[in-house]
Amino acid sequence: MTDSVQPVSTRSAVRDWLMTDTPRSRLQARCGRFYLGWLGLIRNPLAMVGLVIVLLLLAAAALAPWLTEYSPYAQDLRGRLQPPDAAHWMGTDELGRDILSRVLHGAQLTLYIVALVAVIAAPVGLLIGTVAGYLGGWVDAALMRLTDIFLAFPRLILALAFVSALGPGIENAVLAIALTAWPPYARISRAETITVRASDFIAAVRLQGASQGRIIARHIVPLCVSSVIIRVTLDMAGIILTAAGLGFLGLGAQPPLPEWGAMVSSGRQFLLDQWWVATMPGIAIFVVCLGFNLLGDGLRDLLDPKQGR
Amino acid sequence: MVDPVSARPAGSRRRLSLPRPIAVAVGIVAQVGLTLLGLLLVTFLIGRVVPVDPVLAAVGDRAPQAVYERVRIELGLHLPLHEQFVVYVGKVVTGDFGESVLTARPVIEDIAHVFPATLELATIGVLIGILFGIPAGVVAAVHQGRWPDQLVRVFGLVGYSVPIFWLGLVGLLLFYAHWGLVAGPGRLDIFYEGLVEPVTGLIMVDALLAGEVEIFWNAVSHLLLPAGLLGYFSLAYISRMTRSFMIDQLRQEYVTTARVKGVAEWRVIWVHALRNIQVPLITVIALSYANLLEGSVLTETVFAWPGLGQYITNSLRKADMNAVLGGTVVVGTCFIALNMVSDLLYRLLDPRAR
Repeated sequence: MTDSVQPVSTRSAVRDWLMTDTPRSRLQARCGRFYLGWLGLIRNPLAMVGLVIVLLLLAAAALAPWLTEYSPYAQDLRGRLQPPDAAHWMGTDELGRDILSRVLHGAQLTLYIVALVAVIAAPVGLLIGTVAGYLGGWVDAALMRLTDIFLAFPRLILALAFVSALGPGIENAVLAIALTAWPPYARISRAETITVRASDFIAAVRLQGASQGRIIARHIVPLCVSSVIIRVTLDMAGIILTAAGLGFLGLGAQPPLPEWGAMVSSGRQFLLDQWWVATMPGIAIFVVCLGFNLLGDGLRDLLDPKQGR
Repeated sequence: MVDPVSARPAGSRRRLSLPRPIAVAVGIVAQVGLTLLGLLLVTFLIGRVVPVDPVLAAVGDRAPQAVYERVRIELGLHLPLHEQFVVYVGKVVTGDFGESVLTARPVIEDIAHVFPATLELATIGVLIGILFGIPAGVVAAVHQGRWPDQLVRVFGLVGYSVPIFWLGLVGLLLFYAHWGLVAGPGRLDIFYEGLVEPVTGLIMVDALLAGEVEIFWNAVSHLLLPAGLLGYFSLAYISRMTRSFMIDQLRQEYVTTARVKGVAEWRVIWVHALRNIQVPLITVIALSYANLLEGSVLTETVFAWPGLGQYITNSLRKADMNAVLGGTVVVGTCFIALNMVSDLLYRLLDPRAR
């Protein structure tokens, strides 16, 4: 009994340190804010389900080679189109490849695509939005007009046209999606910038002689990052679906890469007799998108209680 | 957006100015014109970076140098890029997208031929979305936080998360192959094909015009699954927006007043509050209609639906760039136009936005 007292008291000490009203360092304040957000998030069961799904996706991508004994590319023409059984949990495809292994390795591709789009589109949107919001005037007008134009474009169709011009492949699909994905981030960071632009601490930095570039990069961008990250989380599902759609049309990842959309497409011709070939990768897309949507929804509820319940 | 009336300096009140709604309309039209120009610039640039040489595509690779040069000049490819763009815009505005390599017909004729199929699909889809989405959203708002709300929320989130092409395949597998409840891919059974004179291009309308009830029901049976699928996707969006508009309204004081006066609860919700969310709902519906036009690309591929989406993807596979870019411009224009209509309606109908 005496043993269990010790951990409880350290835990409550950590809790006190996190919850204090008078943080003594920037780190402590940040950790505290993060902890409060976390407390809000774990009260939302749907968001937790989403978080678990996203963590599972990360685990599947990281551990794919160890989770299954089959290679995603190893063909076994005698064992083709086998229904799901103990040896192949999701069955085998038209070349006898283990579908489970391909789905697990497909998680890597999906993460790769999503991460690449986020890494390209979010900084572009952040930059355009903060510059427009901080500088104002004609720069703002011109950049926001540009944003509106891109926002009014049909995403999938434009991505189709881009990929058709650049040639099919993952990198081009990523580029095409990123090109149409940045405008919402620009809008959000502009709105955030406008609310902080007039604050006293910005005026103080300006009086100290900081350049405009420094103010934007060091003092405004960090304040916009969190809302952009939440918006990116909400967009993840859309990005995955667009990428899978391009794959399904044969314009994304090329065979033999185990991309989920392309796998659904190749299973299409066996749909009526071997349903599992097309169905299994589709379930993977669905579950992962649902996870990102649930998580993003929960995060948005946290930041904007008015929208939620 | 700068308000043109209130931004005017006080001293210049006698200057010529347009009535407010017209000024708004002019502003929006200008914005749309700019956006369309942007779209054309993008499609133009895409057409330029394509590795296919349009001259070689036209004359073949054994044509003599003189012929090659003449065609190059005929196609306007010797001009500087910005002049080529002006020529391109002029052509597109007059409906000239060039000739499809695949069908050897002008792209605009091909598009006119396939567009009604897409229109039919998207229209029925959005109607389904309205029919189920608005009541679902209202019910969710009224029971905010309780199980009907959670049900609608999860149902909507599933709609946001499921790949439309996969759901289409699963739908075909279950409803067509296993249970035989609906007809399969395509717009009509093969033996009905070509029996009805195409007047509008909308098969359901054409069949009724010709008095062919049997064909009409066959078309409905083919349409049910793809349109229901698209309807589900617009339902997810419409119900979510309806819910959040409705929650805002139910907090207003007039709702309390109506309740205190003893107005029946259903009347408070379905008459008083619903009337006040009509305007934002119209814009939401216009937006989801635009999304369906775009979303039909994948759906049409799955259901072998001979519409614009399938036309674009088929041309893509054959690297028929004129057709791809023409289709892109048409879908993009519809998309932008619907955006504009929704914006315009919102500003004209909502007294607060005026």
